[in-house]
Amino acid sequence: MRLDCPICGNRDRREFYYQGDAVMLERPAPDAGAAAWDGYLHLRANLAGETRDLWQHEAGCGAWLVVTRNTVTHAIHTVELASAVKEALR
Amino acid sequence: MRIKGKGLVDRSDPVTFRFDGRSYDGFAGDTVASALLANDVKLMGRSFKYHRPRGVLTAGSEEPNALITVGAGASAEPNVRATTQEIYEGLEVRSQNAWPSLDLDALAVNNLFAPLLGAGFYYKTFMWPKAFWERVYEPVIRRAAGLGGLSGQPNPDTYERAFAFCDVLVIGAGPAGLMAALTAARAGADVIIADEDARPGGRLNAELLEVDGELGHVWAARAVAELESMSNVRVMSRTTVTGAYDQGTFGALERVNQHRGGRSDGAPLECFWRIVTKHSILAAGAIERPIAFQNNDRPGIMTAGAVRAYLNRWGVSPGRAVTVFTNNNDAYRTAQDMVAAGVRVAAVIDSRADVRSTGEFPVYRGAQVCNSNGGKELESISIIVNGKSEKIQTDCLAMSGGWNPTVHLTCHMNSRPTWRADIQAFVPTEGAVPGMSTAGACRGTFSTHGCLTEGAAAAREVLAALGKKVSDTALPQAEDAPYNLAPLWAVAGKGRAWLDFQNDVCVKDVKQAAVENFRSVEHMKRYTTQGMATDQGKNSNVAALAVLADATGRGIPQTGTTTFRPPYSPVAIAAMGAGAQGKGFAPQRFTTSHRASVAAGAPMIEAGLWYRPSYFPKPGEKTWRQSCDREVNHVRNAVGICDVSTLGKIDIQGPDAAALLDFVYINTFSTLKVGRVRYGLMLREDGTVLDDGTCARLGATRFVMTTTTAAAGTVMRHLEFVAQCLRPEWQVAMTSTTEQWAQFAVAGPKSRELLNGLLDAPIDNDNWPFMACGEVSVLGVGGRLFRISFSGEHAYEIAVPARYGEALFRELVARAEGLGGGAYGMEALNVLRIEKGFITHSEIHGRTTAYDVGMGRMISATKDCIGKVMAARPGLVVKDRERLVGFKPIGAVKQLSAGAHVFAAGAQASRENDQGYITSVGFSPSFGAYIGLGFVKSGPERYGEVMRAVDHLHELEVEVEICPPVFVDPEGRRARG
Repeated sequence: MRLDCPICGNRDRREFYYQGDAVMLERPAPDAGAAAWDGYLHLRANLAGETRDLWQHEAGCGAWLVVTRNTVTHAIHTVELASAVKEALR
Repeated sequence: MRIKGKGLVDRSDPVTFRFDGRSYDGFAGDTVASALLANDVKLMGRSFKYHRPRGVLTAGSEEPNALITVGAGASAEPNVRATTQEIYEGLEVRSQNAWPSLDLDALAVNNLFAPLLGAGFYYKTFMWPKAFWERVYEPVIRRAAGLGGLSGQPNPDTYERAFAFCDVLVIGAGPAGLMAALTAARAGADVIIADEDARPGGRLNAELLEVDGELGHVWAARAVAELESMSNVRVMSRTTVTGAYDQGTFGALERVNQHRGGRSDGAPLECFWRIVTKHSILAAGAIERPIAFQNNDRPGIMTAGAVRAYLNRWGVSPGRAVTVFTNNNDAYRTAQDMVAAGVRVAAVIDSRADVRSTGEFPVYRGAQVCNSNGGKELESISIIVNGKSEKIQTDCLAMSGGWNPTVHLTCHMNSRPTWRADIQAFVPTEGAVPGMSTAGACRGTFSTHGCLTEGAAAAREVLAALGKKVSDTALPQAEDAPYNLAPLWAVAGKGRAWLDFQNDVCVKDVKQAAVENFRSVEHMKRYTTQGMATDQGKNSNVAALAVLADATGRGIPQTGTTTFRPPYSPVAIAAMGAGAQGKGFAPQRFTTSHRASVAAGAPMIEAGLWYRPSYFPKPGEKTWRQSCDREVNHVRNAVGICDVSTLGKIDIQGPDAAALLDFVYINTFSTLKVGRVRYGLMLREDGTVLDDGTCARLGATRFVMTTTTAAAGTVMRHLEFVAQCLRPEWQVAMTSTTEQWAQFAVAGPKSRELLNGLLDAPIDNDNWPFMACGEVSVLGVGGRLFRISFSGEHAYEIAVPARYGEALFRELVARAEGLGGGAYGMEALNVLRIEKGFITHSEIHGRTTAYDVGMGRMISATKDCIGKVMAARPGLVVKDRERLVGFKPIGAVKQLSAGAHVFAAGAQASRENDQGYITSVGFSPSFGAYIGLGFVKSGPERYGEVMRAVDHLHELEVEVEICPPVFVDPEGRRARG
């Protein structure tokens, strides 16, 4: 498996750390309530198909990335800087 | 026997090797199989289950029978195919699965019990008495059945791993692969062409077919020479592409040194490549199928293509009177080539009645071979023609049930192959692997012309995608003979007709599986063991599923195939894991004081990847405890030195650095004054403690955070996550400086006295109070000084650039010894911190909260922080949670053990009565007794209670008193002194 780091280019997956669902970008407000926090921290759909996860180019530039990929075909659609994705959410 | 004037072996270069202790002659270019056949050795192995005598079946990596062990002793390698192992001077190989010898195998008696050993026999027999299975039957079966064995010793050979990148990977160097590589390379593409064989050329080396008016192998050699002369091409022979993986990654095994004697020239035995490319062209060829008939496994019975490969490539005829059994026209080439070489062809038995084939040999049309006769070698075959039986004397039967395209790699990414009725074979499904196209025999195109055409066409497509100008390469002239066959999988009749030679699976076994309702091809495979082990059924799977299809009344495409998985052919784990043996398994990290510590006799212990001194023994000390007690006393009474460089150090800078720290720590750092240090605790978002440490403010926008040794990487990743994923608007950047600074604890009442001998500007309690920090000059070297304490004593940590670390450590230790102290190691460090109730990852082990460790009130009420919301969940703040306490032994047994669980006095020591557990223990010289830290339900409310601490593992029970976790100087006066 290989990922296109927007900063470093195409690299082997061994350079990356896998975190999990990119929903981790959307941290609820402190007073959002138990359901929102439960969803943020614990509930994952685990769909077969398209997923968005967070990876870090830990053995490279250190950038956190949002990777959109397909768990069935293993195709990787986009690799974006997590900071840019987060900025766009604001 | 060797045939004069035939073959591509180098007759000027004789080679001697040994097989089962006997010496044989061959030539450079021979494989073990071809050289043994040249010496008229046909018996090369024993079968897996029945111990039937077996000879070579094929001439390639698909070989199921002729498996040998290469070498001896620790470097011996089992299950090597005699058909791929090249001979070299001094090569030593042995047969397998036979005792006392290959010729006189005692376990051939299994063959007599064959009726008991059919499909699934181990599920049905050996059922009684029950206890016999594990103790008697299984060990006996395991010993009797099997392939080669491992030496049981560490592998002394060296292996490598490597990456390679290219524009296009061509897999296979037959006519299709060579044409593809030439076309791509001439247009300037960066090409890798890999072939499992030592000699590129594929079937061109095994046939007498012409390309552009010259013999195919001559054209192939010319093509290879051209490719090798080009700087944009890498020709990788002896390299098997073993798997196709995601995003254009391919695994490939290069046998760098398996064909040479003497493994001391520095080259690895094998190299496992990861080849990365957007475009690949599969030109892997095809594998010939045997035909199942009674006793079709006798030595001397081979695939037709293999028989003529031995003749044309190695100059060897596997027999003196050859017969051919075929359902297609391709096998006639074997008869023609044999006759041309002067070898007698006794008969061609063609299962097709309606063909008009002729040659300089008798042809039986509409005929079938129904049995073979002989002992350990073939002597004759029985055929049925026009309903009548006939016997033909022959010592070599060349059989062909047609060819199976080598589709394996196209199926490694979950695709299934497509059935083509006209060639009665599976071909690759279009688009099976992104970026991969197929050419030649592996896609069902068998003529040389067809292979060349498709190779060139596949390359043109790649070049177009690469945006390269396509050069006008003329296509070489070559034969374009049609390929005709009529399906014939198994000859009807009694007895055992082999499908899978390696696993002794016969037609009746597959039928039995169907009868017992193992109708799915995957179930049939597992019930019969069809297609398992080293050959993975390369020449038997399709025939087996055809028999299954017939037995279940389905068609072959409806029956489907089993799953093709990497690797294509066996890969040694040592090759895939190259570099990860021994010390290569995990990198070793050494501190700057490592040499000094080792020289002082300190046993080094692992702390993550780091190595740290356990204790520093002095003359006369007989146990580690004596050293540890002395070192603790040094710190409590004089001064001790400890290398703390392994703690993570993260330099954090930017206008929002303080905001970041406020967000990751439960307490506040924005209020910290420049030149001061503060202890901080950080949580995971779920409210569990992540790590703790100190953070020093070096400037308005600059902090240096320390982490625990174990969590340095985790914390760094966490900080980056918070900064990039949660607060990208903040202006803050961080970098790890753990390895740039050597840092030493100087701890004890005489610490300042020691430091003032080293610092160019002396310090006192006013200009450097507890928790002060700043830059200092240490013997002329710029450094940092932090007044922090992990021992509870008046203490400092002094940091200098790493290159001065060793010198400073030696200087500090010498001065400490002059003041009645010295170096201390991890054991003493642990005792000192337990005495003070300071936590480590023994306590913050991933299940405890700030509340549990007594720091619940440190969570700032005035700001948000990571983990704050979840830490406030009701279940995480109830009083009866297991909370941090101290333990003192008060009964007859004075020892404590970490891991012991705690129970109320008088209660049974069982899980449901569990009240907590002990996490850290140490012998406190200050108390003259063991003390411990741990967790007890409602802990702080139970001080003074006497409980049972039971360590079931060490069978230790101790009466303990629950006490506050701080044993020494609870008011913290010493650190401020």
